[in-house]
Amino acid sequence: MLVDFFLHLKARQIPVSTQELLALLEALQARLVGPDIDDFYLLARTLLVKDESHYDRFDRAFGEYFKGIEQLPGLDAEIPEDWLRLAARRHLSEEERKTLEQLSYEKIFERLRERLAEQKERHAGGNKWIGTGGTSPFGHGGYNPAGVRIGGDSAGNRTAIKVWEQRAYRNLDDQVELGTRNIKVALRRLRRFARQGAANELDLDGTIAGTARNGGWLDLHLRPERHNAVKVLLFLDVGGSMDDHIQVCEELFSAARAEFKHLEHFYFHNGVYEHVWRDNRRRHDERLSTLDLIHTYGRDYTLIFVGDATMSPYEVDHPGGSVEHWNEESGAVWLQRLVAAWPRVAWLNPVNEEYWQYTPSIAAIRRQIGDERMFPLTLDGLERAMRRLASARG
Amino acid sequence: MRFSGTDTYVAPRDLTLAVNAAIALQRPLLIKGEPGTGKTLLAEEVAGALGLPLFQWHIKSTTKAQQGLYEYDAVSRLRDSQLGDPRVADIAHYIVPGVLWQAFECATPSVVLIDEIDKADIEFPNDLLRELDRMEFHCYELQKTIRARHRPLIVITSNNEKELPDAFLRRCFFHYIKFPDRETRQRIVAVHFPTLKQELLREALEVFFDLREVPGLKKKPSTSELIDWLKLLLAEDIPPEALRAKDARDAIPPLHGALLKNEQDIHLFERLAFMARRKNS
Repeated sequence: MLVDFFLHLKARQIPVSTQELLALLEALQARLVGPDIDDFYLLARTLLVKDESHYDRFDRAFGEYFKGIEQLPGLDAEIPEDWLRLAARRHLSEEERKTLEQLSYEKIFERLRERLAEQKERHAGGNKWIGTGGTSPFGHGGYNPAGVRIGGDSAGNRTAIKVWEQRAYRNLDDQVELGTRNIKVALRRLRRFARQGAANELDLDGTIAGTARNGGWLDLHLRPERHNAVKVLLFLDVGGSMDDHIQVCEELFSAARAEFKHLEHFYFHNGVYEHVWRDNRRRHDERLSTLDLIHTYGRDYTLIFVGDATMSPYEVDHPGGSVEHWNEESGAVWLQRLVAAWPRVAWLNPVNEEYWQYTPSIAAIRRQIGDERMFPLTLDGLERAMRRLASARG
Repeated sequence: MRFSGTDTYVAPRDLTLAVNAAIALQRPLLIKGEPGTGKTLLAEEVAGALGLPLFQWHIKSTTKAQQGLYEYDAVSRLRDSQLGDPRVADIAHYIVPGVLWQAFECATPSVVLIDEIDKADIEFPNDLLRELDRMEFHCYELQKTIRARHRPLIVITSNNEKELPDAFLRRCFFHYIKFPDRETRQRIVAVHFPTLKQELLREALEVFFDLREVPGLKKKPSTSELIDWLKLLLAEDIPPEALRAKDARDAIPPLHGALLKNEQDIHLFERLAFMARRKNS
């Protein structure tokens, strides 16, 4: 019973275990809910899903299974609400921006409204919306958050069927962009505690053991406090194609600053060559030699690049490929040098992972640092990166 | 035993179902949600509604799992031994039972609140796996095993500051308290302020939801802030008209300090209000 449903959830990458399936069956046997799909939905969610970032995935999987809705290609993509806000323009990805340029804002707005109207019809019984969704200029739009909200306005007849179709939890999904606090939590995975410095904390266990050995006479033991001993070198790409990602990089940077005591940051443009700089305003006056850095910071530092790795392929492969100056040695040589100096490496890329394959320079850089060392700059990617760095292989 | 909300706590359908599932199947219930959505309050209300004793365990960054079971008060024993107190011979005098021990020994079923579990060290939940699963633990000093006489209902809250280990999650039921919609909110406010004039309430809720829509706020006002704000409005006897004056000079709601908790947010809001005023004049 329900095994198919269980397997379906597994297939949709919701982490469920047999134990939880048994709990669900137990609950059904205890007649915890009546024969009511709404209640069953709530019960199944409570028992099977353990993280609100999986709620959205669960809603979709549940809907598919119980209504036989075919999975629409591109359902996961999203029209950002920010579209309607000029200010957020720089968050849009390449493809979204192109779409944006083809349509004026009013037009988008109008289309959006049309779409929403159609979606309402769908709730009323028809499914025209699904039919037309594929060919619209919102090709990757699919369900949109605003539309969902309109659907939910009629609070009077709010049923759970709508609850999962509304996908109210989509912004808790860990694939989407991050806020500073979330970043801090993700970075915290990298923490490694060590005791260093003056012994000024009472070691109670040591004191008790020592006192017992002493035959009851007090023998105080002190030890140094625990500190986060992780050391990080952060190399940030600035300018050019990175302008689109300024905000997320700022957030990452401020979170990293708060989280790591030993954090050194350097800027580069496109690729790391002979020089990097610390202060972007005085980048031409106060340059630091990359070789000096390699000699200054020990192997125990963790190297994190933040950049879109989007540039001319010549920048990686050929001497003199830099857009800014004549470099004697190619970007690849410098990358190899850095990776050899600090073997714990991760590259965080703000570009959506799906587009990586279309940019030759991304592939080239991944070849240099190792395929599995580049991660998207999303919460999920950041966690993967930190887990990788924290693991023994580094 | 069934929980269905109380006079002072509005529990939507999904929440009561989660609580009842946890009661019926005797599993711990993990509650997450935005700050101020009543996570901690839930345990108190469930205990009150079911007439069960409540044991609270508030977690701090220094809390160890062991402290919830028992602590060996070595310092007292050491002092007694130096003073030649005869009590020192029996170690049982120096074993201080923790929250879980108390709940396990309780004569009736009980409710245990483990509040803000994410504040503790990352290994903390792992250290409680067996205790939550089997509801028993071994006291090494006394050489005896403490078993729960009745499996308590364990409510665990988390603010998501740390990720909880999978093995721990597997043993819990999980519920995420969503930010309540306007209707639920109206019920919540009605429960807390039954005498509040309808009109004032409507205006206040409107202002409140408008405020949540302001883009870029660092900390959006939540339910507990709304209730505080209403208390202030009532105490100050603010007429509904004052809230309605959206377009005029008073684009900033009175006593907004109760709703916005962050200096930057207040600045941002005042700036937006100023821009709105300029546009209107």
